[in-house]
This record gives sequence, structure tokens and C-alpha cells, in this order.
Amino acid sequence: MNALVVEHLTVRFGTREVLKDLSFSVPTGTTLAIIGPNGAGKTVLVRALIGALPHEGSVQWAPGTRLGYVPQKLDIERDMPVTGRDLLRARARLLGASATDVQAALARVGLALATMSAPIGTLSGGQFQRLLVAFALLGNPTVLLLDEPTAGVDEPGEERVQQTVRRLVDEGVSALVISHDLTLVYREATNVLCLSPGHTCFGAPRAVLSADLLSEVYGAPIGLHLHDEPRA
Amino acid sequence: MSPAPSGLVLSVATAVAAGLMGCYAVMRRMTLAADALSHVALPGIGVALLLGVHPLAGALVALLFGAAFVWVLEQRTRIPTETVIGVVFSTALALGALLTTSEHLMDALFGTSGGLTRWELGAGLVGSVAVIAFALGARDQLIVSLVSPDIALTSGINVRRLDLFYLIAFAVTVALGLRYLGVLLMGSLLIIPAATARRLGRGLTSMFAVSVGVALISTLVGTYVAGALGQETGPCIIVTAASCFLISAAWRGQA
Repeated sequence: MNALVVEHLTVRFGTREVLKDLSFSVPTGTTLAIIGPNGAGKTVLVRALIGALPHEGSVQWAPGTRLGYVPQKLDIERDMPVTGRDLLRARARLLGASATDVQAALARVGLALATMSAPIGTLSGGQFQRLLVAFALLGNPTVLLLDEPTAGVDEPGEERVQQTVRRLVDEGVSALVISHDLTLVYREATNVLCLSPGHTCFGAPRAVLSADLLSEVYGAPIGLHLHDEPRA
Repeated sequence: MSPAPSGLVLSVATAVAAGLMGCYAVMRRMTLAADALSHVALPGIGVALLLGVHPLAGALVALLFGAAFVWVLEQRTRIPTETVIGVVFSTALALGALLTTSEHLMDALFGTSGGLTRWELGAGLVGSVAVIAFALGARDQLIVSLVSPDIALTSGINVRRLDLFYLIAFAVTVALGLRYLGVLLMGSLLIIPAATARRLGRGLTSMFAVSVGVALISTLVGTYVAGALGQETGPCIIVTAASCFLISAAWRGQA
């Protein structure tokens, strides 16, 4: 069974086609990594998938899908007197999640409840990023959409977020992850979708992450040293 | 010149509404837009006076039109909102000044004291209660939407509709204060208390509390001072609010 089926997806900004005739699917309980150079349309793709951008083609989520989304960029300024607890409680109330669910989400990303009493502007970049992941985990999502979820997160924090996502996928959650970390993509992804102007590819990491194909996608030689075996 | 008790009741209700709505405006980074939007009431007042209609009814229609304009602009175009608002709403102010007779212009720009009819008080209180109910009732949706409209979308929030309701509530709040603050000063009652609260608040609830508190103190102290000095109420309220902001800036600067 598929968590997501995308057929002939095209997104235009004015006359410019950012994504053209894209088709792929995400089986339930698997991880799709989305890779490509800056400006290739990775974030545009995710925003089209959640219905934030007008598009042609079809995007079919499995019935009963609950999305947890970590965007690349936020609209709120960090110097507002808003605490992590304010944000988590707001989303929890909207989704009918309990205080216990909030604590569980924080525990999964390794954030202390006490940290959440401070204004978000006082959190470090990594703490804030982990808060966003906890925010996405509220409401027991069936699909996680993560746009560079560990950007700015320190090594232990990054490992914890990766473990959390891995555990959720093992529990049957599907994940779509935009990442520039090709080693991580090789190790964790079930499938890889690569986007670049004029070139897209889709397949298992072993098939897609070849030096030749990556050089074609990124338009420059990519030195990729892969030590770990893919999970799938 | 102190207002009649009925006017003071409505001023207090308006202060609460403005304190709450101003917090969202500051968090949405639309302080300039908020101030400029209040200017669009002036041509509405001018047209209403020409047609012999209640000037505040004309102002409300113009403000709702302005709110819808901002909403369409945000939804349909990629033009920077602040730029277009700067051009269009300044033009509205100029048109309003041409349409409004000099006899009414000063009242429209800076507000005036005076009693209210029962209808004016009733409509004003209904408007205030509706805005306060929206600001508190839609708090969670507004906050998640402020963090990221995309997250809001994945949380099941109709972001476009929420934005429209917010702008309508904002327009109603501006209309509520036009009588005693006028087109030029009403934006300040929305922005200054919230800007003060942004500096003093330690969380969302305390930000709302400080903003409403500053708006209320400004309204009550400003009204009293205006009465004692024989001045117009609006400027005294805004000077009081600005004093609160300066004190907060000095206090946080030392902290």
C-alpha cells in the first residue's frame, strides 16, 4: 500500500516550470529522500504535496493521512515573547493531543520540558530545530515531511532526530526527507528522488547514488564515500 | 474634553480589542500595513458625509474594502505587500482629504470627544466583543499560522479563510477607535501597546496581558489627562501609550 502517489506533477511560477511531469510513489512505512542542488525545486515539491502551491497533475495521500511537517523556513521572528510551550500547546489543542503527548514528543527529540518555558529566541539553533521536529510529531502523524530537519543541529542532536525518524518509520510512519547529507540518504532512505533542472531520477539509493548520476544531477563532480549499507 | 460615560465604556472595550489584535499584527510583521490600513477609512468618511450617511459606516465599509484588498494582494500576487500598501493607502489618505470638508477633516484625522447614541454604543460594543472573541477563540489557529502557514495547512487550518477573518477583525478594530482617535492615531493604539508587550512579555499570555494593560492604562489615563487639561482625548491617549513604550524600552535596556 502506498502512503503517497504522485502522477504527472507540474508546478509553474509564472511561465517557468519549476517541476515538470513528476511521477513517483511512497510505499507506507518507507523513507523517500529528496535530493538535488539548491534551486532544484525540493521545497517547492513538498509545498505542492501539502497543497500550499497550485499545481497540475495528481497528488494522492492514503485515506486518513495525518501530516507532520518541519519546514525549512519559518515566518515568525525569533525575538517574539513566544515560548516553545506556547507553540506546542497551540498545536496540541488544535489536534486534540494531550499534555502527555507533548511530553512524549519532547522526549523523542531530547528536549527538556523546562527549556520550553523560555522564549524561542533564547533557544539555540539546534534546540529550536528539535522543537520544530517535536511540533511535527504531535498528533501522531502517519507521514513526516522533513525539509532539512537537522540543519544547524549538533552531532548528538542530529543523531537523536535521525533515530527518532528511524524508529517512527519502523513503527509504520512514512517519511519524506529533503537532505543534502548523501551519506545519510544512502544509509536511511528506501528510495531517492533526485531533482535538478532538466533531470530527475527515482530509485533505490544503491542505484541512484552513483558518482556519474550525482555529477549529472548536481552539475559538478561529487565525491561520495559510502561505508554503511543501505537499510532497505 | 472628557467623553461621556457611554463613550468611555466603548473606549475601554476598544482598548481591549486593540491590545489583543495589535499583538497579532506585531507578530505578523504588519505594523506598517496596520497603520496604513487605518488611513483607508478617510475616503469612506468623506463619501459618507457627501451622501449624508453616518461617517463611521462609510469608514467601516472602506476599511473592509481595504482589508479585502490586502487579503487578495497576499493571496494572488507576489508583489511585496508593504510596498503596494504604502502607495495605495497613502493615495487613499490624499483622496480622503480631498473628499472631506475642512470642517470635518480634523475630527476625522485626530478623533473627537463626545457622547454616543444608543445605537452607536450598541454597535460598538457588539463589534468589540466580536473582535475580542475572535482574538481569543482563534488564538491557537492564529499562532500556528504565524509560525508557518504551511504547518497550519498540515494541521487542518484553512489559512486563507483565517487570514481573511483576521483582516476583517482588524478593520473592525480600527473602525471602533476612529471616533475618538481618528484615522491618523488609531493605528498607534493597535501598535504601541503590542510593541511595548513585545519588549516586556515572557510568553504569549503575558504578551497579551501587557498589551491589553497598556492599551487600557493609556485609554483611561489619556482620557483623564485630556479632561484635566481641556485637550482632545485621542492625542493624550497616544502620548500616554508612547510613554509606556519608552519606559519599557528604558527598563528592558537596563535589564
